Amino acid sequence: MLELKNISFQVDSEGKGKEIIRNISMTVPDRKLIVVTGPNGGGKSTLAKLIAGIEKPTGGRIFFGGEDITDKSITERARMGIGYAFQQPVRFKGIRVLDLIRIAAGKSLTIAEACEYLSSVGLCARDYVDREVNASLSGGELKRIEIATVLARNAKLSVFDEPEAGIDLWSFRNLIDVFRRMRETIKDSSILIISHQERILNIADEIIVIKDGVVDRQGLRDEVYPSLNAGTAALASMECEGQIRAMGPEGGAE
Amino acid sequence: MQLDEIQKRLLREVADLHEVPEGAYNIRSNSQSAGRRSTANIEIVSKEEVSGLEVRIRPGTKRESVHIPVVMTESGLKEVVYNDFYVGEDADVVIVAGCGIDNCGNQDSQHDGIHRFYLSRGAKVRYVEKHYGSGDGKGKRILNPGTEVYQAEDSVMEMEMVQIKGVDDTVRTTTAVLAAGAKLTVRERLMTHGEQRAESTYVVELNGEGASADVVSRSVARDRSFQKFDAKIIGNAPCNGHTECDSIIMDQGRILAVPGLEANHVDASLFHEAAIGKIAGEQLIKLMTLGLTEAEAEEQIINGFLR
Repeated sequence: MLELKNISFQVDSEGKGKEIIRNISMTVPDRKLIVVTGPNGGGKSTLAKLIAGIEKPTGGRIFFGGEDITDKSITERARMGIGYAFQQPVRFKGIRVLDLIRIAAGKSLTIAEACEYLSSVGLCARDYVDREVNASLSGGELKRIEIATVLARNAKLSVFDEPEAGIDLWSFRNLIDVFRRMRETIKDSSILIISHQERILNIADEIIVIKDGVVDRQGLRDEVYPSLNAGTAALASMECEGQIRAMGPEGGAE
Repeated sequence: MQLDEIQKRLLREVADLHEVPEGAYNIRSNSQSAGRRSTANIEIVSKEEVSGLEVRIRPGTKRESVHIPVVMTESGLKEVVYNDFYVGEDADVVIVAGCGIDNCGNQDSQHDGIHRFYLSRGAKVRYVEKHYGSGDGKGKRILNPGTEVYQAEDSVMEMEMVQIKGVDDTVRTTTAVLAAGAKLTVRERLMTHGEQRAESTYVVELNGEGASADVVSRSVARDRSFQKFDAKIIGNAPCNGHTECDSIIMDQGRILAVPGLEANHVDASLFHEAAIGKIAGEQLIKLMTLGLTEAEAEEQIINGFLR
């Protein structure tokens, strides 16, 4: 279980302190899939970075499994079981997909085992294990590999920052299946997805809406979801959804 | 052939050799030949006026290899060796050279290997050269390889040069002259530490129609080390040339990249790329989110980069 207590995050902007996150308290319980949504610029990605340890809060405490992890490093949090998928995956010259998945798993997987993670994100594994994670891969391919690395971690808490961003429609459908499967086999772990996507919101147990750095609404999907559909600010910013719809059912070019 | 444990370790580092190699070989240890074998197609003989070897590979020789590793374990040795390779028409061979120096003493040890390759029409050579230094003496480990490549029509030369550890001072000079249809590829990987200096200079002349060269260096400069990469491609005919220097700097490391292109023919097509920078912060962060420490992440990134 992850708990954020009175978390604030402030950055310097032209000599003035600008608050990105303002006194947010929230809980990600075990065995739940939580989706954080809300308008762009509302602080969602920052929240994910604060959880992974990439940014440090300027106020408040973060607890994971009852332990205060506020001062713990990225590495320590990863080793405690926090997984984090980047919104914009990183490229590496010379590091192969297989290497990255092995690092993520923290053990020497066989090629067949590594391939399973790739297959589950819809990549033909044999074509990819030996590829370098470099600029020769498309945005959609990188994104799927990014998600495979998080799957390989078997994390207690998996955080996905806008998994739908930069991904084609075909991949996106696969992605929903990936999250569904993760939800079915969740055991004692939990999943936090930052997303604008209607279909991802649809598989959430709970939805948290973040707007202007504060929690605007939170609750069970069936309670929060209808209000999103009623033309709120959160829905208005769901431009990704619009793009995917515009491509039509068989569209899929990146 | 008698080699001690240090010499065997050096051989493993520079030639991946665990035992006596298959095919033709000459092992040079502390300026003496510690073993040699010629085969039916590959003849190795000593030069008479100067120190070194003449290696003659018959036309049409296929899938054979020549190993000529050098190991030095006596402090204070200085040597210049001239090795010439004559590769017959349509031969297809692998040549593995390499030099390992273990210097535990206080005097400098230096090996300057001058290699000349004469590739006949249609010959194909894959040349692998590894440099390695070890030993904790104050004496420097110095390697100055000079390589000259003369390629006849339609010959192919693939060169792989690796120097990852322990060599204090290197000046590498490589020149190549290519006739029509000949192809040269160079993959250089270099890492320098401490106060090390490494200079690498290439001059490639593309003299015939359809000749091509691809010279790529990947390097890492750590601590207070210095590297200079100076690659020049001269296009004198309709040809294709590409040179690339891709480097990571760390600590107070310094790198000077001097790519040079000279086109003397309107159909010469030449490119260069050079990029120097530190390891991207987001690469470190990504690997740290997978559970590596910053130091482990750095190691993975460098290992991959120099693969």
